[in-house]
Amino acid sequence: MIDIVYFAWLRERIGLPRERIETDATTVGALVEELRGREERYALAFSDLSAIRVALDQELSDFDAPIATVREIAFFPPMTGG
Amino acid sequence: MTEVRVQEAPFDAGAELNRFSAGRSDLGAVVSFTGLVRGGPDGALIRMEIEHYPAMTGPAIEAIVSEAMQRWSLGDALVIHRFGPLEPGTQIMMVATAARHRADAFAAAEFLMDYLKSRAPFWKKEITREGAAWVEARAEDEDALSRWR
Repeated sequence: MIDIVYFAWLRERIGLPRERIETDATTVGALVEELRGREERYALAFSDLSAIRVALDQELSDFDAPIATVREIAFFPPMTGG
Repeated sequence: MTEVRVQEAPFDAGAELNRFSAGRSDLGAVVSFTGLVRGGPDGALIRMEIEHYPAMTGPAIEAIVSEAMQRWSLGDALVIHRFGPLEPGTQIMMVATAARHRADAFAAAEFLMDYLKSRAPFWKKEITREGAAWVEARAEDEDALSRWR
């Protein structure tokens, strides 16, 4: 089981802030493919990966990263703090 | 010794700065920056809403602060960043750095600001009379990081 959290417009497009899923995906990219295939709202939210950042257990990472030992994956747009 | 605070409540930048500087006879320079919610033209911006990733925000800012402490000769650093709804003109965040000499304090404050903009997990949404829109990250903000590499 893995927790997925979404922020900003990703959260709005997908329609929930957090979900727990069962997956066989071994990388972030494979997980995204799986999500895209689930429902239209996921396909729309993940249509342009260049506009999306990923964090694995609260550390910035990338779409090639393995997720076997990861507990929480976060997807969000580029950050706009300050 | 350094301090990082992520909070919804307002803060008093003057009082924070006085407290931060108090009793530091070992240091000769304090630099501070305060960020305000910039209103749109003709008062179009009703409010800004800042979302963040609570489990990551504190650790991400702490990591940026410790990088600054390693790169420059700093005596102390303070970062306060707010989240939630904020009206134009209100204070969003502040950074303060203290060093023996001003060059270190200035450079570290700029570094902290550049990294907080693009590497701390905050997202701004603007609520205007026309509706709501997420603020997009600017290429200049990403470019600003390249000078520190």
